[in-house]
Amino acid sequence: MSTMANDPRLIQQETGSALGNLRRRLSYADLGQLPVLIGLVLIWMVFQTANSNFLSPVNLTNLMLQIVAVGITSVGIILVLLLGEIDLSVGAVSGLTASIMAVQNVKNGLPGPVAVLLAILAGLVVGLIHGFWITKLRVPAFIVTLAGLLGWQGVQLLVLGNTGTINLRDPFLTGLTLTFYPGLAAWIAAGVFILLYAAGSFWEREQRAKGGLTATSRGVLAARVVAVAAGALIATAVFNADRGLPLGVIIFVVVIVLFNTLTKRTTFGRHLYAVGGNAEAARRASINVDNIRIAVFALCSMLAAVGRVMAGSRLLAVNQSSGGSDFLLNSIAAAVIGGTSLFGGRGTVWAALIGAVVIGSISNGMDLLALQSPVKFMITGAVLLAAVTIDALVRRRRVAVGR
Amino acid sequence: MAQVAKSPVLELRGISKRFGAVQALTNVDLDVYANEVVGLVGDNGAGKSTLIKCIAGIHPIDEGQILFEGRPVTIRGPKDALALGISTVYQDLALCDNLDVVANLYLGREEGRPLIPGIMGTIDEVAMEKRAIEVLRSLSVSIPSVRTLIASLSGGQRQSVAVARSVMWKPKLVILDEPTAALGAAQTRQVLDLISRLREQGLAVIVISHNLEDVFSVVDRIKVLRLGRNGGTFGVRDVSHQQVVAAITGAEFGTSEAVSAPVGAAAGGTT
Repeated sequence: MSTMANDPRLIQQETGSALGNLRRRLSYADLGQLPVLIGLVLIWMVFQTANSNFLSPVNLTNLMLQIVAVGITSVGIILVLLLGEIDLSVGAVSGLTASIMAVQNVKNGLPGPVAVLLAILAGLVVGLIHGFWITKLRVPAFIVTLAGLLGWQGVQLLVLGNTGTINLRDPFLTGLTLTFYPGLAAWIAAGVFILLYAAGSFWEREQRAKGGLTATSRGVLAARVVAVAAGALIATAVFNADRGLPLGVIIFVVVIVLFNTLTKRTTFGRHLYAVGGNAEAARRASINVDNIRIAVFALCSMLAAVGRVMAGSRLLAVNQSSGGSDFLLNSIAAAVIGGTSLFGGRGTVWAALIGAVVIGSISNGMDLLALQSPVKFMITGAVLLAAVTIDALVRRRRVAVGR
Repeated sequence: MAQVAKSPVLELRGISKRFGAVQALTNVDLDVYANEVVGLVGDNGAGKSTLIKCIAGIHPIDEGQILFEGRPVTIRGPKDALALGISTVYQDLALCDNLDVVANLYLGREEGRPLIPGIMGTIDEVAMEKRAIEVLRSLSVSIPSVRTLIASLSGGQRQSVAVARSVMWKPKLVILDEPTAALGAAQTRQVLDLISRLREQGLAVIVISHNLEDVFSVVDRIKVLRLGRNGGTFGVRDVSHQQVVAAITGAEFGTSEAVSAPVGAAAGGTT
């Protein structure tokens, strides 16, 4: 009864040891991205065995540039999935906004950067319309964005008029994916990235230690920094063995880091997770749930615009089928393969990178093997299903352990 | 008891509340002092939930007077109640399963610097975690770590976190709605201990419960509501289970015509 104050059962301190943490995470079946990364290694091994060009620097650089559009769009999808909602319109919206960019740049002669800003602005407006409809008129996001999928495609055709295809020649626009930073520049970029990561990690650790909280041991942290540094340096070496560090990849990574910070380090992100986890609880905690929803749909449409701008830049053209076909489905698949839950509140923005690399690797590898479309679609479908199945099994285990 | 000279933290006088044709509360009185736990009991539909929702600002009252620390106050919404220092833990707890304990304790009131004033700010995890540990320690709440997700806590631990959240912002009165309803024996004990600690910290506490066993083991006074009216107030030491049950069901000492009077007399009598 009166086990007061200094009860030793209290809050058990986290051990802080790497082994203890790993064991605890295993017992909660919290493997994070591990299954996906193992899957990715398997996929790469299979394709490398089938075609020895797969892991060549040229092909890996191309692969990374191919996934930028889907990856950036997938970041937006992840934000929406974190809410527990869905956005089916990103393909159509991306096509529409890219068309606006192309028409403004090529037909109306506006400078490239201005055309890109207009595209992003158009994405913002479209997203605000979606968000308003979903929150204020209370129409389910599935329906609103399904209508958007059809409707915005129509607007895209209208914007393009009878031109059909618009070829992009503006050096700014084509440069977004055709610019490479070879040699020293790439190494410096990698160095800055590693330095920032290390400084951030250790600063945070020391803050916790200073506050008297359990902090990761310096050794573990150093090991983590070394691992990240190794990854960054290997990637840089691969890029440098080809044409250098691509601007497109830098943009992709910046988008991810930016949105990772937004979701993990700000009150906006915290509230976004809260709404996805338990909207009623968020409302009672005086969080403005509607505003969060509207902002997320706006961000999603803006990211779709950015994604398609990158795609247009790589393909050197925008046409009537831009944003159509499997663009939407690949964006959602990338988010889900990366470990984002469809039921809200679980996942990270990094899933976009991992998921897009998986999807892109399969597509790229099968192209190298000159497989036909039927096979490609079936295999992509199977991989998506496998990824979600693993997620479902992990979740079931987590619920079993959690109680 | 010892509070004779002091004014109660909360005093309700003659509260009435209607929902359309339904008279939910009629002329109800209630008072709670600091360092005191009052159990609010009554049968289903007796008006317990309505009464606490009136205090928490969810339902505005139709008639009557609310005094908080001796001053008459008007509670128009949940924000008014919070501002006065009234904190309510509802039965569904309203925790986010996907967030950790610290995040839940601070949800909607995170510490940090503003980035875009009024829209978003940074999160000072270190300061929040320190304070969270402090509050949980002061209540002797036992959880694996303050960074555990709510999803992997037991029912009793969740209830404890919800209670801890209610005292984060130093309220004067904490209202608990059926805090032990969904818990097993050991976890119920945990939560009842927690309620005693709230009292030891000088808070006024109102606990709604269906379980008289729990009520008797933790409260100082019992307030009975019956059909939306005062059903009696008892010091827990001066009353037996049977007397409280009688007050709840209206079978007490023949005061209720419906039960004790002959059938014929009731038909021709009241209303």
